[in-house]
Amino acid sequence: MSAETPLSLRQPRPTAGDLAGRALGSVYEIFVALPDFFFSLLQRIIGSKRMPYIFVLPNLLIFGIFILFPMLLNFVYAFTGGTDFFPEKRPWVGLANFQQLLDCGNYLQPNTCREDLFWRAVYNTAFYVVAQVSLLILVSLITALVLNRKIRARGFFRSVFFYPVLLSPIVVALIWKWILQENGLLNGILIALGHDKIPFLVNAQWARAWVVLISVWAYMGFYTLILLAGLQSIPAELYEAAKIDGASDLQSFRRITLPLLMPTMLVVTVLSLIRAVQIFDIVFAFTAGGPGTATFFLVQYIYSKGFASPDRIFGLAAGASLLMAAVLIVLTLAQLLLGRQED
Amino acid sequence: MGEVLTFLTRTRGRSRLHITDLLTYLYLSLSVVIMFGPVLWLVLSSFKTAAEVVKFPPRLLPYRQETIEVPGYDEPLPLYEVTREDGSVVRLAQVRRVGLEAQMIDPQNPDAIIKVNIKQRKPVEKVVFGLDNYIEGMESFNFAVYLRNSVVVTVSATLLTLLINSMAAFALSKYRFRGRDAIFLIMISTLMVPISVVLVPIFLVITKVGWNNNLLGVIVPGAATPTGVFLLRQYMLTIPDELIDAARIDGASEWRIYAQVVLPLARPALAVLTIFSVMWRWNDFLWPLIVLSRNELFTLQVGLNSFQGQLNIQWHLILAMTVLTMLPITVVFAFLQRHITTGIATTGLK
Repeated sequence: MSAETPLSLRQPRPTAGDLAGRALGSVYEIFVALPDFFFSLLQRIIGSKRMPYIFVLPNLLIFGIFILFPMLLNFVYAFTGGTDFFPEKRPWVGLANFQQLLDCGNYLQPNTCREDLFWRAVYNTAFYVVAQVSLLILVSLITALVLNRKIRARGFFRSVFFYPVLLSPIVVALIWKWILQENGLLNGILIALGHDKIPFLVNAQWARAWVVLISVWAYMGFYTLILLAGLQSIPAELYEAAKIDGASDLQSFRRITLPLLMPTMLVVTVLSLIRAVQIFDIVFAFTAGGPGTATFFLVQYIYSKGFASPDRIFGLAAGASLLMAAVLIVLTLAQLLLGRQED
Repeated sequence: MGEVLTFLTRTRGRSRLHITDLLTYLYLSLSVVIMFGPVLWLVLSSFKTAAEVVKFPPRLLPYRQETIEVPGYDEPLPLYEVTREDGSVVRLAQVRRVGLEAQMIDPQNPDAIIKVNIKQRKPVEKVVFGLDNYIEGMESFNFAVYLRNSVVVTVSATLLTLLINSMAAFALSKYRFRGRDAIFLIMISTLMVPISVVLVPIFLVITKVGWNNNLLGVIVPGAATPTGVFLLRQYMLTIPDELIDAARIDGASEWRIYAQVVLPLARPALAVLTIFSVMWRWNDFLWPLIVLSRNELFTLQVGLNSFQGQLNIQWHLILAMTVLTMLPITVVFAFLQRHITTGIATTGLK
């Protein structure tokens, strides 16, 4: 991978890193020795057969209290009404929340729905998921294929694509808001090219498109890395054999690369789908759902019903989140089944 | 120049440059511009003055008008290049502007006021990377406090995650006990249900526990991540049981087997979980946004969002504070990028 370093340059000298390593080593000794006293005592009392319960306990406790229990509690919220926060004070309303969410004159026109904001969020999210995931996978795949070629400085380019992944959603949103604002860089370039300014963040269609584009910009590095690893795990002998048999580049791509990359593609699709359905923070700082409700998505609906609006309608928020969870589970199961079939 | 060209056009393995190689490098150079350009533009813009920031069309570099101290005037005066009627150009300092006319003086001869039409003057500018925006922004953006909160949350949450996830993964991969498969299944089934789905009830639990407006409320709930347990368990399954049996015969306690045999062997997986955890926690937004409502507890992301949402906050300050916010993770990435990218690439397959 890397260029060869002349031996003379590799000088064995104790660096700050070595010292830090040694210090960490002694800290780790303490980490082992101190609890060992307690755990050994425990082991003597309950016997080593029961020790695994002790090891699982901390994780299970936090998981149970902060993940599993709230998931069950979500059902309580979804089937009760009113604006009270504490479940014991909330009146049972049965399916009323779901009825309010799902009651529509015509499902294709959100303004005929009782909870039209929810349906706008549903359609916006559906459009976003389809557009973002397909573009994301296309761009990541092309980039991974390019990075998989015999190129110089592959590590550098890999990092270039990965860097935005590390940026926080708020930073990503502000970087692009700054470029796309009315007097921003992109409009400056347009003017220089003799074009008129475009109100990117004011026009609903442009705002939707840019939400897709900047989230692809921000996340593609991650999926590129995974796809690249998938490409590199394909044995080179297969390509050599195909070449000897007289296969063209296109043929070996279609007959070797694509089929062998399918498992990785599946992972990437599931991950990006789950993530896309949950889109929130980038958009929250980028357009705050606007202009109007053009980029108002499902999680923002849940957030605004439960936390942001003056009258907190927790029942609707919980109901909407259950519907969203159902969609996520269906999506994941469908992907898993598809993957099974191909094997 | 020629050397650079031969370096760039050299390919590995093949001697001749193919058209696809050209396309490859074209694609990669364009990508560098698209991936880094926006960040670079943000950084350059953050050094601009408030007046330069709102200027349209924008200029690439942070230009700033030169000023000059003139005896008799308290403030430094802005410098202009003035074109005289005879075509000659002189440098004058402006005292004040009245409508279309500017009152200017020659710095060498400050007593005589010269009246100039504003169309005849051009500001004298130079590129200055000034820190004014950073200093002014930090008066209302408590960078040090937010940074401390973010570091506390990220470090302690990551340590806690590593500890409890690896303990659970150890038990789930190296022991047979009643209920093991049930526990594992329940955890795995929550993998695909994101935290944003259970926002309301988690907030209730946090409130009941009393962790509202407490960093613990941000740190603890996410620590038992099923993803981490799954990742570590899959890795620990590959560690041979013979090692553990040997340690047990030597009289090691179960804790020592965990801490001194299994953990060191699981280091690659722990490294990947560390990367993920740091990324999740540092960039987390929705969760701390709900739990924390007091400014002195804000993490960097929540602080930056509330800063940009405040009325009357101007772009030149937002830009500088955005640069500050992304600085720590950028520095970490600059040093560890190879480890981070290869680490994620190796587990992506599992």
